Amino acid sequence: MIRTPLRPLARILQAREKGENPDVIEKENRRQRHEVMRDGDRARAEGRLLVLGLAFVASFCAVGFRMGVLASTEPAEPRSAPTSAVITAQRADIVDRKGRILATNLVTHALYAQPKQMIDPAGAAEKLALIFPDLDAEKLKKDFTGAKKFLWIKRKISPEQMQLVHEIGDPGLLFGPREMRLYPNGALASHVLGGSAFGREGVDSAEVIGTAGVEKTFDSWLRDPANGGAPLQLSLDLSVQATIEEVLDGGIKLMNAKGGTAVLIDVHTGEVVAMASLPDFDPNTRPQPLLKGSPSDSPLFNRAVQGVYELGSTFKLFAVAQAIDLGLVTPDTVVPTKSPMVWGKFRIHDFHNYGAELPVSEVIVKSSNIGTANIISKVGAERQQAFLKSLGLFVPTPIELVEAATGKPLLPKKWSDLSMLTISYGHGLSDSPLHLAAAYSSIVNGGTLVHPTILKSDKPQVGARVVSAETSATMRAMLRQVVVRGTASLGDVPGYSVAGKTGTADKPKPTGGYYDDKVIATFASFFPSYDPKYVLVVTLDEPVETSGTEPRRTAGWTSVPVSAEIIRRIAPLLGLRPEVEPATEATLKLAKN
Amino acid sequence: MRGLLILMSVIAVMALGFWAYRENYRTQAELADVRALQTEIGALRESLSVLNAEWAYLNRPDRLRELADLNFERLGLLPMQPEQFGEVAQIAYPSADVGELAPIVNPVETSASMEQTP
Repeated sequence: MIRTPLRPLARILQAREKGENPDVIEKENRRQRHEVMRDGDRARAEGRLLVLGLAFVASFCAVGFRMGVLASTEPAEPRSAPTSAVITAQRADIVDRKGRILATNLVTHALYAQPKQMIDPAGAAEKLALIFPDLDAEKLKKDFTGAKKFLWIKRKISPEQMQLVHEIGDPGLLFGPREMRLYPNGALASHVLGGSAFGREGVDSAEVIGTAGVEKTFDSWLRDPANGGAPLQLSLDLSVQATIEEVLDGGIKLMNAKGGTAVLIDVHTGEVVAMASLPDFDPNTRPQPLLKGSPSDSPLFNRAVQGVYELGSTFKLFAVAQAIDLGLVTPDTVVPTKSPMVWGKFRIHDFHNYGAELPVSEVIVKSSNIGTANIISKVGAERQQAFLKSLGLFVPTPIELVEAATGKPLLPKKWSDLSMLTISYGHGLSDSPLHLAAAYSSIVNGGTLVHPTILKSDKPQVGARVVSAETSATMRAMLRQVVVRGTASLGDVPGYSVAGKTGTADKPKPTGGYYDDKVIATFASFFPSYDPKYVLVVTLDEPVETSGTEPRRTAGWTSVPVSAEIIRRIAPLLGLRPEVEPATEATLKLAKN
Repeated sequence: MRGLLILMSVIAVMALGFWAYRENYRTQAELADVRALQTEIGALRESLSVLNAEWAYLNRPDRLRELADLNFERLGLLPMQPEQFGEVAQIAYPSADVGELAPIVNPVETSASMEQTP
């Protein structure tokens, strides 16, 4: 580069000769040089801006192009990456606490027809009617030859039936793949599982939705692909459930009962290990709900959760437990039991006359209504209400079944003193057997509240304290005596130290008043009495035991022997080894720390 | 010298092209293989779920109870009783000459996918 000097000597000398200021020349040259430099800088900056602009345009184009490509390509499974997906069905399995299948899916086919494509509609209709005896050939013929372009013929068909339809060979008969919900155990635990049905249906697939029970409660969970096909694990034990249903069914037949229910619940975790309600149904072919009459006559009715009954003397435990916990009585306090007890216009009777007075423990053992009424009158209506409420007996059970909300306890409109007396021995307040099982668990497990749950849980629930540990131990010992020498003497199972309380309540007539010859017989038991593991509540609807000279309806003759047989059969299945009961004093001894 | 360099570059480009061509086809073959395997895994999983359902169906408590009743003379099976709990001390020490289990000679293949490919 040729550099122009700022003060060219020739011009400077010339200027000096003319007497001009030579600095002007230098200034002029400096200005010219700066102009050149400025032009260069400007050109370079413009070039940079251009490059930058091009880069932006290019990157925007790239992003836009990529977006277009992504939007227009068909989705494809990544094939090169190793896949860990194990989802094989659109709906997860349901398994019991040991992983045995309660509900699963099967691939099957649906059969549909496109009459416009059919070659021999009349012949196809007749052949179809031969394969599926429940289809009407005339009706099919009318459908196939009519204006219909599409119709479903069968929602689920077996592979054999599919082969037979293939052999008809009509191009208008088509198959769509289906996932079918299967309950391999049939009617077992049907009330817990509920049932399922097809939701939105297309040719290539159909949605399976739960219609009742856990299938409905956990519908969205079961269909959530984010779970990766993990099964829903319930707290039920399949073999225990089967045994209970078998024994309960035999018991219902033997006791000529209309129906019955049994609930087995873990006293520490609140897990429902078995829940049976008879009569039951097959969830694979779930029957339609009854359109007329009482819904409780339908086999769909879950007596354990939805059936609210006056549960009779089983409620005496709550009155006595509260009175002992408040320190108002001790097991040895003597209370009057003179029959009849008169309260205003109302008279309270006992099943037998138990004399003028009995100690509190004998009131429970002999099941005296009057004794219990006298004990609760020391407690008072307000405290009684608060206590029963704290046991969860005023609201539907929180168990995870959609039917639970319909098992709403029936409370008296006004909690008068008379209500207080009758509710103390189980009349005037209706609860479901599951309510009773949870409340018994809360009292005998050491005195902390448990909520029943149908899901498997590993750790015990630590709920609010309802009674003290001492009261809990006292009640356990007292209820053991009911079985040893009281109203539930048929309920003893050697080696398992069963304890519990019977309850026989007259059924209320729909018109008001009570039936004389229809009862609800309940036995709420727990075992082993010195360290309770499980609570079992067995309720029979209208049982009559006719082996004696006159029909016997009390729980001691009906529910208690059934419960004893259930415990004898299930305790080994639950892994409980028969043990020699420790001496009575030991059960009352408490650990001090 | 210059010509040799150009020749070598051309040869290198050809060699690389040949290598890329082979790799491309090998990758596609592997992908097809993977896809076939995935399909097979899917089919096997499906048949596994069918077999699981069948297992559960055949082992349903009602059926087992009926089978135990039907074969009572041979098996003598009764519901489990509390009396059947024993002590470890009640069991004799196993003798040394316990024969080995007979090998399974005719395993039953139930997977449906095997039937399609003879």
